Amino acid sequence: MRWKFALPLVLFLGLMALLLCGLGLDMRDIPSAKIGEPVPTFNLPPVGSLPGLASKDLGHGQVVLVNVFASWCVSCRQEHPLLLALKQQGEVAIYGIDYKDEPAAATAWLNELGDPYSRIGDDHSGRVAINWGVYGVPETYVIGKDGKIAYKQIGPVTAEALRDKILPLVRKLRAAP
Amino acid sequence: MAALALALPVVLTLVLALALTGVPAPAARAFAYEAPLANPKLEARADAIFASLRCLVCQNESIAESDADLAADLRRIVRERVAKGDTDDQVRQYLVARYGEWILLKPRFEPRTLLLWLGPLFLLVAAGGGIAVYFRHLAPAGASATAPLSAEEERRLRALLDDESAG
Repeated sequence: MRWKFALPLVLFLGLMALLLCGLGLDMRDIPSAKIGEPVPTFNLPPVGSLPGLASKDLGHGQVVLVNVFASWCVSCRQEHPLLLALKQQGEVAIYGIDYKDEPAAATAWLNELGDPYSRIGDDHSGRVAINWGVYGVPETYVIGKDGKIAYKQIGPVTAEALRDKILPLVRKLRAAP
Repeated sequence: MAALALALPVVLTLVLALALTGVPAPAARAFAYEAPLANPKLEARADAIFASLRCLVCQNESIAESDADLAADLRRIVRERVAKGDTDDQVRQYLVARYGEWILLKPRFEPRTLLLWLGPLFLLVAAGGGIAVYFRHLAPAGASATAPLSAEEERRLRALLDDESAG
């Protein structure tokens, strides 16, 4: 019967282990409701000289990234060089959704920093982004050949995220039938 | 004592948690600069829905309380849908489809959330049961302590008592 005295200790250690796991969770990583779903229907006017972006431009056997950005967004500036480098490599096309921004400000911003996008849609009201489940900029989506959302990067794209998650996924989706 | 020492904090925590959940949340108050719905009944319904939705940017505020841009956008959507004739649940489902169930401040009661909803009750019952069993065990243990002494024990006890009275 002596083992019973160890029970509170075991329970306590169990609780501690559970809480320790909880500490490692990032509260900003909200599970996305849209993974595996087709992109929402939308049709956004262009920004500057690039073509606009609509749901009909996605899918059709092409894997693309859709990057939600704004010229007023500080973290977008941080991820921008990585997107430019990605465009240089030419591995995957990047489409932009300009979130709650003035097209003129976005154009000036892209002229200053360089333009990684091949299409940009102007989401002036932010309503299209809400249909995507965007809750802050930047966010980057990987869209599969079937036009379904395969992955969502919350916050700026990092070199690690590109190397470990986004690009491997792009290659996998591209290889898929 | 070990069982009691374990159970007491658990029970106290649960009692405190139950007491706190009983405290009514401050009344939802939309922002003054936003145009309310013309129909006060619909606006009251929209207000109640605001209070049940998490602001995703500030995370532990409802959109009724948050001044974040996204919260304002979500309030506009809720008002639009209420005005269009959606039920409260339809409005919530519209946003759950976009942001996931995390946007609901009060999780739904379903198999996946069973542990969340019933866990505290289970802990309360388990801890209460543990305490009951502990005290039930105390009584027979006490009774066995007063079991009649054997002849040998009687003899030793008498010897001790005699020693003491002699000293």
